[in-house]
Order: sequence, then C-alpha cells, then structure tokens
Amino acid sequence: MRLEYTERQKAFRQEIRDWLAANVPSGALPSFDTEEGFAQHRAWERKLSTASLSAVTWPSALGGRGLDLIEWLIFEEEYWRANAPLRVNQNGIFLLAPTLMDHGTPEQKKRFLPRMADGSDIWAQAWSEPGAGSDMAAIRCKATRDNGHYVLSGQKIWSTRAVWADWCFGLFRSDPSSSRHHGLTFLLLPLKSPGITIRPIRQLNGLPGFAEIFFDDVRVPVENRIGEEGEGWNIAMATAGFERGLMLRSPARFQQTARRLVDLYHRNRAAADADPSIRDAVLKGWMDAEAYALATYATASRLARGGQIGAEASTNKIFWSELDVLMHETAMSLLGARAELMPAAPEAAGVEGWLDGFLFSLAGPIYAGTNEIQRNIIAERMLGLPRA
Amino acid sequence: MDFTFDDQQIEFRDAIRKFLMVEAAPESLREIWETRSGRSNDLRAKLADQGLTAISVPEAHTGMGLGDLDWVLAQQELGYYAIPDSLSDTAYLAVDLLKQLPAGNALAASFLPRIASGQARIAIAHPLNPLTADAENAELLLLWHDDEVHALRPGQAKLVPNQSLDMSRRLSRVDWTPSATSRVCGADAGRGIWADVVNRAGVALAAQLVGLASRMLDLGIDHSANRKQFGKPVGSFQAVKHHLADVAVKIEFARPVVYRAAYAMQKSDPQRAVHVSHARLAAGEAARLAARRSLQVHGAMGYTWEADLQMFMKRAWALEASWGDRGFHKTRVAAHVLGEGAALGPSQTF
Ligand SMILES: Cc1cc2nc3c(=O)[nH]c(=O)nc-3n(C[C@H](O)[C@H](O)[C@H](O)COP(=O)(O)OP(=O)(O)OC[C@H]3O[C@@H](n4cnc5c(N)ncnc54)[C@H](O)[C@@H]3O)c2cc1C
Repeated sequence: MRLEYTERQKAFRQEIRDWLAANVPSGALPSFDTEEGFAQHRAWERKLSTASLSAVTWPSALGGRGLDLIEWLIFEEEYWRANAPLRVNQNGIFLLAPTLMDHGTPEQKKRFLPRMADGSDIWAQAWSEPGAGSDMAAIRCKATRDNGHYVLSGQKIWSTRAVWADWCFGLFRSDPSSSRHHGLTFLLLPLKSPGITIRPIRQLNGLPGFAEIFFDDVRVPVENRIGEEGEGWNIAMATAGFERGLMLRSPARFQQTARRLVDLYHRNRAAADADPSIRDAVLKGWMDAEAYALATYATASRLARGGQIGAEASTNKIFWSELDVLMHETAMSLLGARAELMPAAPEAAGVEGWLDGFLFSLAGPIYAGTNEIQRNIIAERMLGLPRA
Repeated sequence: MDFTFDDQQIEFRDAIRKFLMVEAAPESLREIWETRSGRSNDLRAKLADQGLTAISVPEAHTGMGLGDLDWVLAQQELGYYAIPDSLSDTAYLAVDLLKQLPAGNALAASFLPRIASGQARIAIAHPLNPLTADAENAELLLLWHDDEVHALRPGQAKLVPNQSLDMSRRLSRVDWTPSATSRVCGADAGRGIWADVVNRAGVALAAQLVGLASRMLDLGIDHSANRKQFGKPVGSFQAVKHHLADVAVKIEFARPVVYRAAYAMQKSDPQRAVHVSHARLAAGEAARLAARRSLQVHGAMGYTWEADLQMFMKRAWALEASWGDRGFHKTRVAAHVLGEGAALGPSQTF
C-alpha cells in the first residue's frame, strides 16, 4: 500500500490543472438540454480533444493518452475542481467506448472512436422501451435481417440527449422467435437515419433532457453491429457493468458537491444552527464522498493488479446515488424558502444551481438500473441469497 | 499510488482466519464466558503461536516489528470471531505506548518480550472510557493522569468490577492515586503518546466493527437461506434481500476508510485523527445497521440467548462507544471539515 502520487502523476495533475485554468469557460454554459447549450458543450468537447483530454484512458492512436485508471481519477479530480462543463458525450466516451474497445472490430474502432473523442458524434443510449424498463430483457424493438441490413421497427424511450445527439446504440430483437435475453443484437445507428422520429420528453426541470425514438423501417448496415448477431445481451451487460461500476460517476463529482455544501453551510449558519440535523448531514456528505473516493482508488488499484470489476458495480451505484440525494436535500434545507427559486429569478443569488442539482440527484436512484434492481443483484450475486 | 495490501499481508490474514475458524467457534467462546476471568490462557497461547502477540513488538525484543497495516487485517478477523481477549490492548496499544516511553525506562525492556511471547496482559485506563477493560487479569496497568503516563501493578489499584451486557467483556472501575513512583512519563511527551493510543484504539475498533458487521451479515445470510416460510427460504423474499444488501453496501464503503486510517497511523499523517474518526463513524454505522438487519431477518430466533447473533451484536454495541463515542468522533471530523480554511474537495484526498 502506498497512498502517495508518483512524481509522474503529480506532474500530470499540474499539467491538467494549468490547461483547465487557461481553457475552462469563465461563466457556466447554458444547459446541454437546450439547443444552444448542446452546441456549446459540443464545442467544449472539441477543445478538450485538441489537448487529447476528452478520453484520457484511450490509446493515443484513437485520440486518447493511454492513461491508467489512477491517472483518470486525477484527471477527474482536476476537472471537477475547475468547475469545467458537464460532459455532453459521456454516454459515448464512458459507456459505449469501453464496449467498442472490448467487442468492436479494428475497423469499427477506427470509424467511431476518433469522431467520438473530438465531439463530431455525440451518442445517446437506446435500451429502454415502454414495456422494458427494469426488465430490459423484455425488449421488443425488432431488427429484421434484409440484404446486408437490419430493418428496425418499434420504439425506444427515455433516451438521454437523443433530441440533439448524432448517433445511438442499443439492443434490438433480431430473432423474432426468441425471448428474454436471447436473440438480441447490439446495433449502432445515426439518429438522422430515414424512418426515425424523435419525440422530445420534458423532464422535471422542463427541458427536453430525454426523448422517445420511433423506428419505422430504419435500415442499418450489418457492419454497424457490435459482436455477433444474437449476442447483444452479454455485450450490453459489459456496458452496464462499466456504467454502474466505475466510469459513469467519478468520485470527484461528489467531493466537489460536498465541498460546495460546506461553503453553503458556512453562508447559511442561521438555518443550520436552527436544525442540528443539517450539520450532521453536511458532515456525512463529506465523509461519504471521501469514502467513495477511497473505495474507487482501491478498485482502480485492484484492477491495475489484474483484478476484475465485480459486485462493487452495484454497491457503487447505490452508494453514490444516495449520497448525491442526501447532499442536495441538505442544500435545499440550508437554502430554505429560497430553494424553490429558478436560477433566473431576481432573488436567486446564492442559490447557485443547487435546485437543478437537487432535481437531477433524484434521478440517480432510477437510471442506470434502479437501486432496487441493484439490491437484488447484490443479494443474489454477491451474498448468494436464493432467487425468488 | 497503490491501495492494495501486499501478498504477505493477505497471507497472514488468511492464516489467522483459518486458525480462528477452528479455534474460536461460538461454542468455545460461550465456555470462556462462564469462567471467572473470562479469558482463556489456552486461547491466548494459541494466538501467540500464530504470531499475533508479536506483530508490533520490535525485532530486538523478539517481535516481528510490523505496524498498523499488518494489524488492521488481523483486527477485522478478531472482530469477525468476537475474540474474548485483551490481545489488541496488550499487543497493539500497550506495545506502542511502551515503545514511545522515554529512553531508559525499564518497562519496555521487561514487558515487550513477554508480550511477544503471549505471557503478559496489559490494561489501559483512559478517561475516554469510564471503565477499564481487562484490568482484573492484567499484570500491568497503564494509566492516564493529566496527560502523564502512569504504571501500576495489580494490587496497587482498587478494582470494582462492573458487568457488561457482552458476557465476554471484563470491565472495572479503577481507583488509584497517582504518585511520583507510578509516573513513567511526563505530560509533555505523554500528550503525543496518548493521542497515538486513542487513534490506534480507533483503528483497532473500527476494523473490529467492520469484522463484526461482516459476521452479522453472514449469520443473516445463513439463517435466511435455510429458514423456510410460505414454502420457500425467507432469503428469497425481496424485503429480506434488501435488508441485507444495504448492510453489504455499508460494509463495502467502511472498509477502505478503515484501511486508510491504518495507513495514516503507520505514516504519522498529520490528519490521522480525522481519518481515524471517520473510520470509527463509518464502521460503527455499518455494525449498527448489520445488528438491526440481521436480527430482523432472524425473526424471533435472533431474539434468543441460544442464537449466536447475540455475541456479535453485543460486542458491536459495546465497542461502538469505547475509546470515544460517536459524538467524540464527529467532533473531531467536524473540526476539520467545518474548520476555517479546510482543504476539502477533489484532489485533497491524499
Ligand atoms: C434521468 C434519466 C435518464 C435516463 N436515460 C436513459 C437513457 O439514456 N437510455 C435508456 O435506455 N434509458 C434511460 N433511462 C431509463 C432508465 O434506464 C429506466 O428508468 C430504468 O431502467 C427503470 O425503468 P422504468 O423507468 O421503466 O421503471 P420500472 O422498471 O417500471 O420500475 C418502477 C419501480 O419498480 C421497481 N421495480 C421494477 N422491477 C423490480 C424488481 N424486479 N424488483 C424490485 N423493484 C422493481 C423499480 O425499482 C422502480 O422503483 C433514464 C432514466 C432517467 C430517470
């Protein structure tokens, strides 16, 4: 055990800190759930990529820097510390890319990854369907093989950023006689393909953060398939493991929230002193964010020694999502009667994005596999309890 | 940056685990409860054979010369098996205290080899604990007095036994009078020594609490996989599964905090008090939840004397308030987190 950074790691941190100090836009960008904000966030992705910083763990040939997970954590720490923009392409870079690296052909990697790294293609996930939420194996969207193509028909829903994204990836039922997790195929396709209709869905905050996608005989060439036909489930589970596991939510995000919450506490001592449970929650937020960071460093160290991501994928998901809700609820308590003010309201000074953060934190226990589903997984796969 | 234990540390842990599985079965612990001393010389001798009494004793005094990181894995096992012994107080806390006494003090030379060999038992009296554990069986009492360190032989203090809910604990009020002859270290050096004792006790208890939490979780899993109602194991019911999954999450996120606290002690990290108190709070929370949830999934069986769960619950409740209760540790964390100019946020973890 050696809990110190190497000279190389320190130098890397400094390089990132300097670059971000010189390049992070001074004011917050408009939300990427608006057309204007989406475009600005895409431009930011491009800028990151000019310094090979949009996907630091990828090989340099594909636009990354070939860094390990510890260096990735350092990068994330600096990134959140600098209040840099949210990553509009995170579904591509953190979720699809690991799958492509493992299961894509060399041609597919060359074709998709560099354009992902420089923000040319922004990706949306298309797993959920009206009848397939937690029960993803109930997917019905059809992919019928026809002359070197799949012809898609059906509907996906809740696809984050699909309103303005360029491409999507998801699972489609290629074998009509199959059921459950058999006969599913993993496909990539442009959202501008003929036959696609995107219907934006407004989220709690009023913005169209996700969308329904309707497929009406959409033709997708076979070379857009990842892995073999009918093998999509296992490939998708690899993505789901990464998403819940490590890359979706780096600890730095929550450490930054915890730090901001301490600041908010100091600025609202009257509210805090009137309700002692607030101080407790502020401390707990800091401790749990720290615990999440420590646990992630431990996982990254284990992976560096050849270990595998296991059940911590599920324990992580529960831990960070509940931590995020706790911290944002506490911020709402500290803000008291001003907490409800929308950011543009004249009296909203000092409310600083907490309201939007609060709303978004509430989605954490739902997306990426609900926390109830995670508890089922922990109980059955980690603790070995009998299936129902 | 490497947050893993090395192979030797893992092998040592595995050996201890195998040994305790055989030697510290719940039935034999119940037998030890019934004895007057509550301690088994036979068990102590076996712990010594495993090297547990020699971990921190310097090689010059026939010990292994190892440190906090070697202890922390062993402590988890001591908690998992609810070992009824003053091993940790003697071989971890007292050894470290003795090593730090001013040069020329004879206590270290006379006691360290006898601790390493498993013969000596030492008890530590500190105002964070209104009662002292294992004073009755101790050959030596090390006592706090206004930051000074004092040492007494049994017989030089009056001991008033107080019974604990945990049948394996042996607590006493220690009545004594400090004197120039009992003083082995003045307050200036003593302050640092006692701070280290409190922090090491914190790491030891945090690790034991994580071990206890895992044991209570395992007992809950075993019971719910075997007990059938409505024609099925109760562990197949989702409410039961989720009760236990929550405990697993708490344990997963307490463990690395405890390891970091041990590392901070080993390296004399200036922030070690914060790391230790964080570990105590995280481990205490895991153990408390494990006790509640495991009892719940046991049903009435968990409410009996007969079921083994009681041994681990009672130990967890007792340890959580020892060497600083929750308020004590929260105050230390708050002093850092809410203190002026605290370095918080990403990039400040290490
Ligand atoms: C902000 C946000 C962004 C999203 N982005 C995307 C995206 O980009 N792409 C995409 O494909 N999807 C996305 N989703 C959808 C998300 O994956 C689903 O919401 C999630 O899988 C749950 O499905 P559901 O909403 O249909 O809820 P349901 O499955 O209907 O669940 C309703 C409730 O029942 C519980 N429940 C269901 N089954 C069980 C069970 N077996 N045991 C115990 N409890 C159970 C659930 O935990 C939940 O509490 C997003 C969702 C949100 C909120």
